[in-house]
Amino acid sequence: MAVKTIKVDYLARVEGEGAFKVVVRDGKVRSAELNIFEPPRFFEAFLRGRAFSEAPDITARICGICPVAYQMSAVHAIERAFGVTVTGPLRDLRRLLYCGEWIESHVLHIYMLHAPDFLGYHGAVDMAREHGDAVRRGLQLKKVGNQIMELLGGREIHPINVRVGGFYRVPRRRDFAPLAERLKWAREAALETVRWAAKFEFPERSRDYEFVSLRHPNEYPLNEGHIVSSRGLDIDSAQYDEHFEEIHVERSTALHSQRRGGGSYLVGPLARYSLNFDRLSPLAQQTAREVGLGPVCANPYRSILVRGIEVVYACDEALRIIDAYQEPDRPWIAVEPRASVGTAATEAPRGLIWHRYRLEADGTIAEARIVPPTSQNQPSIEEDLKEFIVDWLSLPDEELRHRCEQTIRNYDPCISCSVHFLRLDVDRG
Amino acid sequence: MTPGSRRALVIGIGNPDRGDDAAGRAVALLVRGTVPDDVEVVDLDGEATALLARLDGAKAAVLVDASFSDAAPGTVRRFDVGAAPLAIAGFAASTHGFGLAEAVELARSLGQLPPRCIVFAIEGASFAIGAAMTPAVEQAVRAVAERVRGEIDAVA
Repeated sequence: MAVKTIKVDYLARVEGEGAFKVVVRDGKVRSAELNIFEPPRFFEAFLRGRAFSEAPDITARICGICPVAYQMSAVHAIERAFGVTVTGPLRDLRRLLYCGEWIESHVLHIYMLHAPDFLGYHGAVDMAREHGDAVRRGLQLKKVGNQIMELLGGREIHPINVRVGGFYRVPRRRDFAPLAERLKWAREAALETVRWAAKFEFPERSRDYEFVSLRHPNEYPLNEGHIVSSRGLDIDSAQYDEHFEEIHVERSTALHSQRRGGGSYLVGPLARYSLNFDRLSPLAQQTAREVGLGPVCANPYRSILVRGIEVVYACDEALRIIDAYQEPDRPWIAVEPRASVGTAATEAPRGLIWHRYRLEADGTIAEARIVPPTSQNQPSIEEDLKEFIVDWLSLPDEELRHRCEQTIRNYDPCISCSVHFLRLDVDRG
Repeated sequence: MTPGSRRALVIGIGNPDRGDDAAGRAVALLVRGTVPDDVEVVDLDGEATALLARLDGAKAAVLVDASFSDAAPGTVRRFDVGAAPLAIAGFAASTHGFGLAEAVELARSLGQLPPRCIVFAIEGASFAIGAAMTPAVEQAVRAVAERVRGEIDAVA
């Protein structure tokens, strides 16, 4: 049999560096492996011996796209360990900060990374020549997310204003007026985004995923909730280890997560949406219906639409929070360190992010564990490739390679977080 | 430049903690305070959308970044990107695979590229975390700072 290898040295439009190899024999996909060869970054080890108060600023450095997710899981876990609950305006401001990150991260992925796959361009630069208005809209929309981050976080990337117990400084009510105007524009732009993306052609592919996300009694989940799954799981974040495990895969510097005892699961926009459709704002629900999304979406190629719906929601929610905002008496509540263990899960743009800290009596971090979304999704990415590309194997190499890349980009994988170019090998035997 | 018009920019790009990747930022540091007040000197990490936002509305921009190709360390190349497209390869020292060349070409596609836009690329050798700049690159940084002032004099 003729031996054929397709190789891509750089898989563009993903966050990080890695490689991919697909082995095809006799018209069947024998294996599909995502290899992450970024050097390990040892953040969990950096945290050991540091004061609890340093955790938000250290963990924010794990990612330039989703620093808030790391900060939020860290502060919630430590607050739980110390027996403190942040409520009222401070809690709302955390939700608002998270909305900023969702807008920024989702819009970057929708317009700059994922849309070119559907419109047949090599990248955003090519796409911008013929879709300049759309790209301009995307850039402006992303900027509104950045503005939230700047106002609440102190700066656009790696915010510095988050602390255990609240914030270092909180905005005055009047500080929000210009932002609210921008958010009203952003909400309209988000609606246009969804309608624009709805015209794309989506491959008819879906799988029977076990969706895993947070669920809250009355909110679309960001910072708080039980960890639930589409197969009946309903646990507190403290029980995470009893149900999920990380395994070392020799070819990769990232740990892969699976359900304890085996089995992949899916975190991220599809899971969140499918488990929490009823918690979306009326406008977000109505927009989803308008573009033909049901209350459950198991087609990962449509994740671009679901991200768009989440941007509509994030704008809506941000406006609601700003409108209701009452300045708190203090920007933070006091915390008293104690020897303890605390866990928390929050919803990063790419999915559930779980932290666990063991703390000493003086608040020194004795042990830290961080499970980011992309390492949880890696087995699912590999399974998607194995299953979804079967009908595309007869395509010319160039087109097949593109389909593989698109399938990976459905996940908006943040490889840097899970441990920067992706190499793709297709071995046809 | 006449008062009230959009400023000229000098943008130093890179990560100050990664060896020769600091070259662009080091040039910005040398240039700052030595150019007319209406010239803004900016430090950026190279993230494309932030760079794109900075370029929008500017009349002239001089960008300095480290490059990684097969040239000798410290080699300086000047590109008049207002006149011709910038080849995408060689400016890969950005963390998210989406950096200077993409930002410049995206600005061109969107009609946001400053009418005068010059890119200096300083070839680096080591991009290791915490490393010092290599001597050849340090020398190039001083030479490029002088050339950046010359570019600014020509447009200001």
